[in-house]
Amino acid sequence: MSKSIPSRAQGSGSSRRQFLADSARTACGVGVFGLGLGLYANSAKSKPATALRPPGAGLEKDFLGSCIRCGLCVRDCPWGTLRLSELGDDVSVGTPYFVAREVPCEMCDDIPCVPACPTGALDQALTNIDDARMGLAVLIDQEACLNFLGLRCDVCYRVCPVIDKAITLERLHNFRTNKHTMFIPTVHSDHCTGCGKCERSCVLPTAAIRVLPHKLAKGKIGEHYRLGWKEKEKKGEALVKGIVDTPDRLPSTLPNGVGGGGQ
Amino acid sequence: MKLSRRDFIKANAATAAAAAAGIALPGVSSANAAEDGIRWDKGVCRFCGTGCGVLLGVKGGQMVATQGDPDAPVNKGLNCIKGYFLSKIMYGADRLTKPLLRGKGGKFDKASNEWSEISWDQAYDIMAEKWKAAIDPNDPKGATKVGMFGSGQWTIWEGYAASKFMKAGLRSNNIDPNARHCMASAVGAFMRAFGIDEPMGCYDDLEHADAFVLWGANMAEMHPILWSRLTDTRLTKKGCEVHVLSTFEHRSFELADNGMIFTPQTDLAIANYIANYILTNNAQSDDFLSKHVNLTKTVTDIGYGLRPEHPLEKAKTGKGGKLTKITMAEYKEAVSKYTLEYTTKLSGVPAAQLERLAKVYADPKKKVMSLWTMGMNQHTRGVWINGLVYNIHLMMGKISEPGNGPFSLTGQPSACGTAREVGTFAHRLPADLVVKNKAHRAAAEKIWKVPVGVIPPKPGYHAVLHHRMLKDGKLNAYWVMCTNNMQAAPNMNEEGLPGYRNPKNFIVVSDPYFTVTAQAADLVLPTAMWMEKEGAYGNAERRTQFWRQQVKPQGESKSDIMQLVEFSKRFKLSDVWSKENIAASGYPADKSLYEVLFANGQVDKFPKQDIVDGSGNKYDNEEMDKFGFYLQKGMYEEYRRFQFEGPKPGHEMADFDTYHKVRGQRWPVIDGKETLWRFREGYDPHVKKGEGVKFYGKPDGKANIIFAPYEPAAESPDKDFPYWLSTGRVLEHWHTGSMTNRVPELHRAYPNAKLYMHPDDAKAQGFKRGDAVKLSTRRGELETRVETRGRNKPPKGLVYIPFFDAGQLVNKLTLDATDPLSKETDYKKCACKVEKA
Repeated sequence: MSKSIPSRAQGSGSSRRQFLADSARTACGVGVFGLGLGLYANSAKSKPATALRPPGAGLEKDFLGSCIRCGLCVRDCPWGTLRLSELGDDVSVGTPYFVAREVPCEMCDDIPCVPACPTGALDQALTNIDDARMGLAVLIDQEACLNFLGLRCDVCYRVCPVIDKAITLERLHNFRTNKHTMFIPTVHSDHCTGCGKCERSCVLPTAAIRVLPHKLAKGKIGEHYRLGWKEKEKKGEALVKGIVDTPDRLPSTLPNGVGGGGQ
Repeated sequence: MKLSRRDFIKANAATAAAAAAGIALPGVSSANAAEDGIRWDKGVCRFCGTGCGVLLGVKGGQMVATQGDPDAPVNKGLNCIKGYFLSKIMYGADRLTKPLLRGKGGKFDKASNEWSEISWDQAYDIMAEKWKAAIDPNDPKGATKVGMFGSGQWTIWEGYAASKFMKAGLRSNNIDPNARHCMASAVGAFMRAFGIDEPMGCYDDLEHADAFVLWGANMAEMHPILWSRLTDTRLTKKGCEVHVLSTFEHRSFELADNGMIFTPQTDLAIANYIANYILTNNAQSDDFLSKHVNLTKTVTDIGYGLRPEHPLEKAKTGKGGKLTKITMAEYKEAVSKYTLEYTTKLSGVPAAQLERLAKVYADPKKKVMSLWTMGMNQHTRGVWINGLVYNIHLMMGKISEPGNGPFSLTGQPSACGTAREVGTFAHRLPADLVVKNKAHRAAAEKIWKVPVGVIPPKPGYHAVLHHRMLKDGKLNAYWVMCTNNMQAAPNMNEEGLPGYRNPKNFIVVSDPYFTVTAQAADLVLPTAMWMEKEGAYGNAERRTQFWRQQVKPQGESKSDIMQLVEFSKRFKLSDVWSKENIAASGYPADKSLYEVLFANGQVDKFPKQDIVDGSGNKYDNEEMDKFGFYLQKGMYEEYRRFQFEGPKPGHEMADFDTYHKVRGQRWPVIDGKETLWRFREGYDPHVKKGEGVKFYGKPDGKANIIFAPYEPAAESPDKDFPYWLSTGRVLEHWHTGSMTNRVPELHRAYPNAKLYMHPDDAKAQGFKRGDAVKLSTRRGELETRVETRGRNKPPKGLVYIPFFDAGQLVNKLTLDATDPLSKETDYKKCACKVEKA
């Protein structure tokens, strides 16, 4: 039996922390998002935001071009997740999709839907389901999310097949009770596959966390700005060499470490 | 650098979260109260032993909403996801509303698979017939053929009434609660070390401690609100650290500074290693040891609580739990075997991690809180391992003060308040008294107004023996209340089910729902639950909390206490007591048990009254309407006499009316003040000025350090059954899921049990994630699905499965090996195999 579990103070504990640093944080504001949703709904009537494509589907435009509506991926889905859109479904007729809130993707180890695809509409190079990007989970309503209110729900976190990577619980002091912690579910785009288990399992009457196409879910940081601490971490040392920190003048009566702060 | 990044994230999210929380919680709910005509009253959560305060919203006779009580000290308005759904648990679509008898046309037929609805009168009639047939009033051993299985979910007065009815009424000690499966080992160890049950500390320790050690508790899932308090201390207190010990990686490891996976059963060695570390580094508190502690060792090689013909029982050389005094030199010698090297090899925990753990305990400046639940209690050496952890606290003097102490968490809302405190165990009487002790029996008999000699001196059958005796035909009339023991008890195939279905036996189950246990019964009684009755629970920190009846029972359901008291009317003294008992009592032989036990001038002394809250709202009380007196108050005030007149002080509680006005109080409650830390001067009213620390449960005021060695588990993996099987819970469901699986949202969140397995083990066996597999042990098999991802990460060689799912009866597989001292089953260790289904 393997015994050692790395702790936070050790190796992989801090690498989990690092996901945070490396990931785009997707808990976004409701208002701004709502605006985006509206615009998108108007311009892309063929596919509602809730419909998600099978693993390996790539960009919607390319997928629609190469999918021959054969239904083989749907046939080979062992969980009944995938379905073919029908007339009136609001999805381009005959194409495969799934609705996370109803039947999410179970993330099969062997991804049977992908090899079933005869045209490459589903990327045949996808052999590790962790690399799938069917969409991105977004904690869409922070006002309704029970964990944002301090309760201990965190169902979305615990059902995540990529727990502690795709969703982490960020710990915040609860200033109202002053003795509890709030566990804030936080999605990390570099690990979320968009399987939809979180949306499916959200206990609210309307899910507070939802899986959306990347196009809707992701922001982008400007290329003219870099995160200093990340750049330093990446390089392993300060980017500019030869800078010194001079000592501060302090009364000698002060105990060690009090005052100053040049370092 | 890491810290500042983290602080930045915190600051940002906190602003957003605080704004959201501030708007949503108090604002919305108070508006509701005003506009919606909802009546709000205080109550307690129905689930775990945390005891979160809740407010209950009733409108039109229906519970329409709940909220966390923002002023409850435990949870300050918060709940876990089960607590969030409290208002739905009473309203499952399949609530039982009428008594159901096995057989067609209201005629009992043990072999039938059909049920017929009968009246309550018919139900009591057939019960009385079966009970009387099983009772010989002149048997000097008492009524050994009748039994009752109760619950840490009973209200305080229900457990008390059941204990009194069985022990003083029917003269049977064959009553045991489901708490036997849950914290009997903690009880045994508290009694052995301190002579008095329950933790010395309280939840405030969660804020005072500098370090936390989890010894077999996944608090992140099983005690979610307490976990959020512990986490907050870790988050806000400089230098605070969290150590987690377990046989597999679970959610609590997410916070761990030192997460350790040990080979099952080797916690015994780890605890002894820590003691050895402290002594070899001379870090112990000699002053505390000399003033407050006796050194002892326990009998070893005591078997595994299996049936006597089992080879393991035949092979044992020791028996029982007798303690022998030893010297410090002998104690040092005893633990000297548990070196870092030996313990690392045995447990598989890397040396650096073990040493880090030992250093925390050995540092006199670090306040340490040790916490545990089923990992340590459901253990064939459960009493030993509990004691070994006390040893560490005692040798450092880290006990009975803010932030320092061992704390056994409980899994049921009233495991403490009911199961333990009112004497529902086969060997106990109220307020820590035991049936074996003549003076204790005499005290109980006096308070109960029954003659000396009525309570049988021999402890009755404990939980696991219940099923064995049913199977063997020695226990024939059996009543299960407020628990789902067919699903929860071990080794269902070989013991539980054959016991229930033995043609000699008549099994009655009282439950709101048609559980697995009800399905195996002969008579099912529809039962009022939770807020359909006036009640009281006692949580893990000795806090007693009351509530008023909020809504009417559904259909014809009746509360457990009403069923018990009604049933007592069916017995005359001559049916249950010997001629000598009756003569000694001076009561006429045809006096009913109801008149002797309940309408006895003592329990019925509080007349019918209006039950009114502080705002003038009136509440129902079905039992008061039925019996014409305030039954709950009468039972409670009689029970309270045990606390003040009994031979064992230290359990004092406030009067009945007080508890309806407060958000619970932690006993002992003396002069209106609750007690947060016991056994220490200034905190505990039983410790006099100048005494400092006094473990007054023991005659000499000293606690016992009890040496016990590592001994192997009852069943370990082998060639045929190569994996350890560990069973347990998930946050979304509570125990056997009879309530939470009826909440659609919780069912959707975690619909079926799955088998957590190491990905390499799965791969080696050719399993893909999600594959259907057959999980089997020497006792049974079930079909489940493999999970190689997610919340639990077992090491290679161990699999974990939750037991909530009635569609996957995990206890067909478990072994009924029990701790020979506590009689608690080890649900965490047996050998299994996994094959393709």
